[in-house]
Amino acid sequence: MTYLDHAATTPMFTEVVVAITEALSRTGNASSLHSAGRRSRRAVEESRERIAAAVGARPSEVVLTTGGTESDNLAVKGLYWARRQADAARNRVLVSTIEHHAILDSAQWLVEHESVDVELLEVDQAGRVHPETLRAALARDPERVALVSVMWANNEVGTVNPIRDLAAVAHEFGVPLHTDAVQAVGILPVDFAASGVDALTLTGHKLGGPYGAGALLLGREVALTPLLHGGGQERDVRSGTLDTPSVIGLATAVELSIADAPRRAAALAGLRDDLVGKVLATVPDAQLNGDPGTGVVDGGPSRLPGNVHLSFPGCEGDSLLMLLDAQGIECSTGSACTAGVAQPSHVLLAMGADEATARGSLRFSFGHTSTSADVDAVAAVIGQVVDRARRAGQQASSAGRR
Amino acid sequence: MKVLAAMSGGVDSAVAAARAVEAGHDVVGVHLALSEAPAALRGGSRGCCSREDAADARRAADVLGIPFYVWDFAARFTADVVDDFIAAYAAGQTPNPCLRCNEKIKFSALLDRALGLGFDAVCTGHYARLCTNLLRRAVDDSKDQSYVLAVLTARQLAHAMFPIGDTPKAGIRAEAAQRGLRVADKPDSHDICFIPSGDTRGFLASRLGSRPGAVVDDVTGEELARHDGVHGFTVGQRKGLGVAAPAADGRARYVLGIEPVTGTVRVGSAAALDVSSIDAGTPVWSCGRAPGGPVPCVVQVRAHGGLARAVVHVDGAGVRVDLAEPLRGVAPGQTVALYRPNPDGDVVLGSATITAAR
Repeated sequence: MTYLDHAATTPMFTEVVVAITEALSRTGNASSLHSAGRRSRRAVEESRERIAAAVGARPSEVVLTTGGTESDNLAVKGLYWARRQADAARNRVLVSTIEHHAILDSAQWLVEHESVDVELLEVDQAGRVHPETLRAALARDPERVALVSVMWANNEVGTVNPIRDLAAVAHEFGVPLHTDAVQAVGILPVDFAASGVDALTLTGHKLGGPYGAGALLLGREVALTPLLHGGGQERDVRSGTLDTPSVIGLATAVELSIADAPRRAAALAGLRDDLVGKVLATVPDAQLNGDPGTGVVDGGPSRLPGNVHLSFPGCEGDSLLMLLDAQGIECSTGSACTAGVAQPSHVLLAMGADEATARGSLRFSFGHTSTSADVDAVAAVIGQVVDRARRAGQQASSAGRR
Repeated sequence: MKVLAAMSGGVDSAVAAARAVEAGHDVVGVHLALSEAPAALRGGSRGCCSREDAADARRAADVLGIPFYVWDFAARFTADVVDDFIAAYAAGQTPNPCLRCNEKIKFSALLDRALGLGFDAVCTGHYARLCTNLLRRAVDDSKDQSYVLAVLTARQLAHAMFPIGDTPKAGIRAEAAQRGLRVADKPDSHDICFIPSGDTRGFLASRLGSRPGAVVDDVTGEELARHDGVHGFTVGQRKGLGVAAPAADGRARYVLGIEPVTGTVRVGSAAALDVSSIDAGTPVWSCGRAPGGPVPCVVQVRAHGGLARAVVHVDGAGVRVDLAEPLRGVAPGQTVALYRPNPDGDVVLGSATITAAR
């Protein structure tokens, strides 16, 4: 198998599997007062410190959650409620058009249930949010804005946003900024304190850690209303017994991935550029979407090093995916599904692509287990796969005219 | 062969796919997403396009160990089946959407895409038999679906596979259970999949609105009642005519004819419903060419029932069907399927669209 869907989930590091496995057989609720509880709490707090140190945060700023979706929901709804409670006029939420559905749907929920005005921040053709766009949106009615959320690096097309500048703009208006950084942490230089953001989402399974374990980094001064009520385990903003083995696994993965990030980023960028070159040599009218990856943003690359996102004119993404799957190549259309149906990517549409282009796209994403053999496997079959998908598309459309 | 198994999420298509796998074919399962608003059908477990059905199909494919994908045919389905259904009712006809779906979606849009992608055949869970290019009724007469497949051309049939027509429904359920398929006891779907409530009249009213007209006596021309639209009626219908006064002879009245332009619904006695001759156009011959000379047949004018012996005359671009015994409930727009009687299972000769009945 050629696994090129690391942006969906990447294999767990062996060290993580070992650490979790060892921890699984130890009893102890981290909230208990006896020795088993103390032992578990110590493991959790050490893990929290390791995560904090790796991402440039204070330990108290690490709110442990079940992952990206929970952290995003907590940030958008929790920040909104806290801000509105302090000032009832704050009922505007600004999010970018290229956010993950965990952000977009949370914002939409606020529209439907809390009468919030959500404003979508436009992106350029590369899928990037410009600080001026944010400034203009904030300046229209700054007193009413509750929060801004812009993702650090886009999960579909890999474009990196100038988060430091965006946070600075938000702060000019006294508005907090959240960023979904699940694709960024572990490969891009992410420093919570230096970035200036008020809240940041990270998750374990995108960086070699376990599923169902993540964190919301939350500035010490930032007020947030909880979603989950109960024991108040995490700073009283998130309740629920902590999953000690997973927390240990998360900390191990965050440390390992970040320590190795510069080397891996260079290696993945090499594989990425090799794959793009080989595909374009075989399918000249294929088109790379997103930032070309040659620039620098906040001291790091302007595109996720492991992300290749291509449009193949005349092809259905569904067809390409199936044909590649049959050849043992696992990739993604990169876009969300509704009832299992691939929707035209909202990210590509926001970048100005037409619906046919948005439907005819594939994402290949590299990770820590990728090798040049993966590139060669795709290069060997992409020509015939695209030809076949094009024929299927032509037959279907000529049948439609019949 | 490379086989694409259309999997609705029901027991029949799951067993059909299982049999294709067992026969040694290289099978890929595909669920067709047919609703343009799948979320709205989340609770419509009786439809064939709810999320639950897609999940059931996926689960069955996983048990069979075959790749599985959901393909979006919603726009095509809406245009070719749903809109066609509504337009036909508005034109005073009684369409069969399952038949249209086979003709336009499963064995046209889906088949074309499958062939383009390198598949050799499309496999479905229809109750019909297909051997050496002869389409026959299923063994289970009560489940036979050859009528809704009689619209397929020889080319379409050459790429079709119906693996379950040789087994009664009860046997298919038992086989599903034995194969560990969770859908073994899933209830049959009876309704039109895009009307999960079963309220066809309400669905049509919501799409077509109110188009008032008169219910008139076929003999006297007397207006007996007003109605909200001809789409609430089909030829042969007895209930819901809205006529208060009993007929002069005290017998029940039936819809005899529908005139969509004037909105007139003609009603009369049961005897007036009988037809003995049918004209039908745009015939499709399952073997690829029209038979020569008059053909003794059994004809069928709707999915269940409506059978009669007949002689079919091929007449230029159409056919004339002389019935040996009268049929009721024959309306323009319906499909007449033609069968050659055979003790091993009647063989489908073809079909045509009814243009007139006398």
